[in-house]
Amino acid sequence: MAGITSYGAYIPRYRMNRKVIFDQFGWFNPANASVARGEKAVANYDEDTITMAVAAATDCLNGRDRKEVDGVYLASVSLPFAERQNAVIVSDALNCSSKLRTADFGGSLRSGTTALLSAFDAADAGGNIMVCAADSRVGKPGSAQEYTFGDGAAALLVGNDGVVAEFKGSFSVSRDFIDYRRLPQEKFGHEWEARWIRDEGYGKIIPEAAFGLLRNYGLDIKDFAKIVIACPVQAAFVGLVKTLGAKPEQIQDNMMSNVGDSGSALPFMMFVAALEEAKPGDKIMVISYGNGSDAIYFEVTDEIEKVKKGRKGIKGCLSEKEALPIYGKYLVFKNIIPIEAGIRGEEIPPTAMSVLWREGRTISALVGSRCKVCGTPQYPRHRVCVNPDCGAVDQMEDYHFSDKTGTVNSYTGDNLAFCWDPPQIYGSVDFGDGGRIFLEFTDCELGSLKVGMPVFMSFRKKYADPQRGHYGYFWKAVPVK
Amino acid sequence: MAKGIKNKVAIIGMGCTKFGELWDKSASDLIVDAYKEAMEDAGIEKKHIDAAWFSSCVDEVNVGKGGFPLARTLKLPFLPVTRTENFCASGTEAFRGACYAVASGACDIALALGVEKLKDTGYGGLPDFGQLMGVERRVIGPNLTAPGAFAMMATKYFNRYGLSPEEGKRVLAHISSKSHHNGTLCPKAHLRREVSIEQIMKAPMIAWPLGLFDCCGVSDGAAAAIVVRADMAKDFRKDPIYVKALQIAITSGEEEGYRSWDGAHVEPTCRAAIRAYEEAGITNPREEISMMDVHDCFSITELVTYEDLQISPRGKAREDVEAGFFDLDGKIPCQTDGGLKCFGHPIGASGLRMLYEEYQQLQGKAGERQVKNPRIGLTHNLGGFPHMSVCSVAIVGNEL
Repeated sequence: MAGITSYGAYIPRYRMNRKVIFDQFGWFNPANASVARGEKAVANYDEDTITMAVAAATDCLNGRDRKEVDGVYLASVSLPFAERQNAVIVSDALNCSSKLRTADFGGSLRSGTTALLSAFDAADAGGNIMVCAADSRVGKPGSAQEYTFGDGAAALLVGNDGVVAEFKGSFSVSRDFIDYRRLPQEKFGHEWEARWIRDEGYGKIIPEAAFGLLRNYGLDIKDFAKIVIACPVQAAFVGLVKTLGAKPEQIQDNMMSNVGDSGSALPFMMFVAALEEAKPGDKIMVISYGNGSDAIYFEVTDEIEKVKKGRKGIKGCLSEKEALPIYGKYLVFKNIIPIEAGIRGEEIPPTAMSVLWREGRTISALVGSRCKVCGTPQYPRHRVCVNPDCGAVDQMEDYHFSDKTGTVNSYTGDNLAFCWDPPQIYGSVDFGDGGRIFLEFTDCELGSLKVGMPVFMSFRKKYADPQRGHYGYFWKAVPVK
Repeated sequence: MAKGIKNKVAIIGMGCTKFGELWDKSASDLIVDAYKEAMEDAGIEKKHIDAAWFSSCVDEVNVGKGGFPLARTLKLPFLPVTRTENFCASGTEAFRGACYAVASGACDIALALGVEKLKDTGYGGLPDFGQLMGVERRVIGPNLTAPGAFAMMATKYFNRYGLSPEEGKRVLAHISSKSHHNGTLCPKAHLRREVSIEQIMKAPMIAWPLGLFDCCGVSDGAAAAIVVRADMAKDFRKDPIYVKALQIAITSGEEEGYRSWDGAHVEPTCRAAIRAYEEAGITNPREEISMMDVHDCFSITELVTYEDLQISPRGKAREDVEAGFFDLDGKIPCQTDGGLKCFGHPIGASGLRMLYEEYQQLQGKAGERQVKNPRIGLTHNLGGFPHMSVCSVAIVGNEL
């Protein structure tokens, strides 16, 4: 029987105390004091749905062979590209085979669980599907969403071998309940009255799915060790616990106090957090919400203990954080206000799509080469070996750098180069197994850097070419303190 | 090694504009100014020129590509004009082209002229290199600027030789302060004021650990040289300057992609220097060179260049700097005119501007900054970045 064979998560390093927002915008709507508690995760300026999905999927793969992946699904309502598949960017970055199925799921916060259910269908035919859910939504300044929205991602590997949480059944309802909505060209959404959404939306649609599931499978709410209710509205969440007749210890924390409403990723992230604490035999119910609801029922297997090792997951990501105390920085990271980029930031040469295509995995997956004669790993791919004592021609094999770690060989913080979060930090990285690459550094402060410090690779947005509807992605080095 | 061009070519005339933020002068104006001075100095007429080499680096955004800007501006009579571009070595590259033509016998008299009009690009500092380094580099290379690329070398130098940032910055500050002093004595320099070590240490950070005064100026300027066969030189003037060596070395890519490079020196400078000393017959540069004008785009560049030129032992340039070895009254005065630090770096012109200083010094015409009895002058350019560079070394002398 198909199920979850691995899981991973990603929460951006920056967390903003919601009081920082209230200090700036509390005057505008004092009622937002009710949501101005706790902190929310904020994606760095070079992160988006795609990069967070790659990070979560990398955590989920945890060293597994990428060739085992037969499909990559990406669910989000904040996909960077309307046309140009987002999931294939994730798949390429992971260096999966090109002979696989990729698909974007979107349009509703339920897209994550819908993608997951589709993956179970595919797994029945024998495939391993990586399902990523990620969101990085922007709340309008002054709105409650500005406080509640948070960024994050999670990934679930679906397959038949080594199942840690068996897929036992599901129940879906679809309702054109128009609570929060946004047109394709809009940056910010629109909301109907909050009380109506609480009572008629969350309050009725989620129970409809949950009770439907219980009824269909002859279960009682008491049978579940954990219930994931992807409801980011605190009052509705509390009401649902009562409506479902669940005990507080059965309820998985909705992460509103430390991450925020991560949209399509919320049910996934909560589910991963539940799996991190799960024991063999536990039944877990996952309920999503968004123009309806999917309730899915899992049973945890003996494999769970094996899979818990060696990944960051929700727990690891929650502990690695840095405060973002400047509201202005948040506005810039989220591209809410224009910033004086100067002539260096404005001067954007046209991106040559033919080069991106030709270079392919060199760029998307940081694939360099290793000389078959002298064994030197090198990047980028050149036909002539870089080792001055070798110089062999056309003796190269592919060599994957993005899953390798290295150390800082040199660095600087450049105030002249345009950067959304100056100074632009970059340097050269020496890889432990050989090879040197000059890279940008991210998720770090200049003052904390040292020659010899360990780094790992992270897939990030490298440049924006908005005039031509393009974002460039590449790998950056993240120093480990 | 080939025999080289030692003593085969002589400089009989040079010209150099005032460098600076020349808002009221076009690149064409600068070309004409440098050309006029060089021609008057040589005492020749346009019809005597057989061929010309024209250097500009990013100035194609201003005067345009190819040899046209020189030929059209000067109304050269259908001469062969070659444009050279090799990053910051562009000017020396033009000079090399002219010298090789003369040395080969293909020409009797050749003109080399370099110009750059940086202040029409709109940038403080050099223009963004993203467009200039090739599309692959823009897609995969870090978003770097020249100060940042050289700052990485300072980070590595400090780390390798155990200098704290404070100690390292103080050594670098001595270098910049010395050049600023020399610049006050040079009428054609852009920046002409004394700057103290304390001021340099406290200046705003450009790219850590390099502050404002660790970076050279950004200027407009042009410089020109007229070269002839050495055996003809005395027909034009009694004090021609002879070319002893001209060498260029370019990275093989190993600094960037192979782990042998320490990041605290510039390999092409070492290689070009070894070849230049051999060509010039110099066996002990520390004793034989009278003065130098090296590529001090940043203070750290000048520091490592002392070692790369094999004047100071590895890791010991600091001791020479602190002992005043490279000061105007030291054993080998360096940047006697203030260097790039005070002239700024209109890229296509810089190599020829440095030669202009050696030319004047060797003729005893350097005024207040005159070095006593010089015999051999050396110029050096470093283009690109430490991990991906083109370096030129030129050696000239006043005796055959």
